[in-house]
Amino acid sequence: MKNKLLPFSIVLIFITIFIIFYKGLQDTNIYTPEVKTNYEVPSVSVELFDSGKIVNTLEIFNTDKFYLLNIWSSWCVPCRQEHLILMDLIKNDNLKIIGINYKDTKKNAKKFLEELGNPYDKIIFDNDGTNAIEWGAYGVPESFLINKNKIIKKYIGPLSKESMEEIKLFIK
Amino acid sequence: MKIFKLFLIIFFIFPINDLKADNEILKNKITKNLRCLICQGQSVYDSDSEFANSLKIVVDSKIDEGLSEKQIYSYFQSKYGEWILYDPLFNRNTYFLWLLPLLIFFVGGAIIFNKFIKKP
Repeated sequence: MKNKLLPFSIVLIFITIFIIFYKGLQDTNIYTPEVKTNYEVPSVSVELFDSGKIVNTLEIFNTDKFYLLNIWSSWCVPCRQEHLILMDLIKNDNLKIIGINYKDTKKNAKKFLEELGNPYDKIIFDNDGTNAIEWGAYGVPESFLINKNKIIKKYIGPLSKESMEEIKLFIK
Repeated sequence: MKIFKLFLIIFFIFPINDLKADNEILKNKITKNLRCLICQGQSVYDSDSEFANSLKIVVDSKIDEGLSEKQIYSYFQSKYGEWILYDPLFNRNTYFLWLLPLLIFFVGGAIIFNKFIKKP
């Protein structure tokens, strides 16, 4: 009985390992980031783009309104396409758009806004990209929908027409 | 007086240099264990992407703030999830991963003991 059990268990182990590796081969090796939502707005000191004043993030997101935090930069090509959507979204009274100007120069950023319009209620100046890290961002563009100091939805990459409709549904 | 001044200078400069070197070693150790999330297969230490460069600045400032290595890891884990760490933590999801080699070691050891040591 003991002699029979050993080869049987060896075969069983090999079959199990084969199935695990075979399944693993079929899995995609492209990593999709884990999109965490429903967490609190990070409380950090930030520099405002226009005045250069240092304020806490909690002072910016202090009303019951919906906020869309948008990370953008003048050198980011997808941000240009997305800007039209932001200009459309700002027509909603229930929504305020806050920008994080990511690794940019103030001169180029101002030029960008003069050319395409300024949808931002306030802009945070993030010269070295460390503020974006506080938000758990990967790069530009990225947007976070915030309500009552909680991030309720995160959009990685440029906002599309579908995401615009989704945001409109959220803030209705 | 001159000797005293020289002594003071040496006394203050050398420990600071040591401290900075220690911080650099710790920073390298931490960034080698952080995954660059936008450049697959590279650590933050190896990468020169915008994301990795910002992360290096944050690691630097966290070390300056006096946070320990573990605290820095848990800070990044809270922002990006466990995937950012190359060295997975010991928790409910990774019990199997950490304990399997030990289990195999003991079972293998028991088989060897039974077959070759106990029998003769």
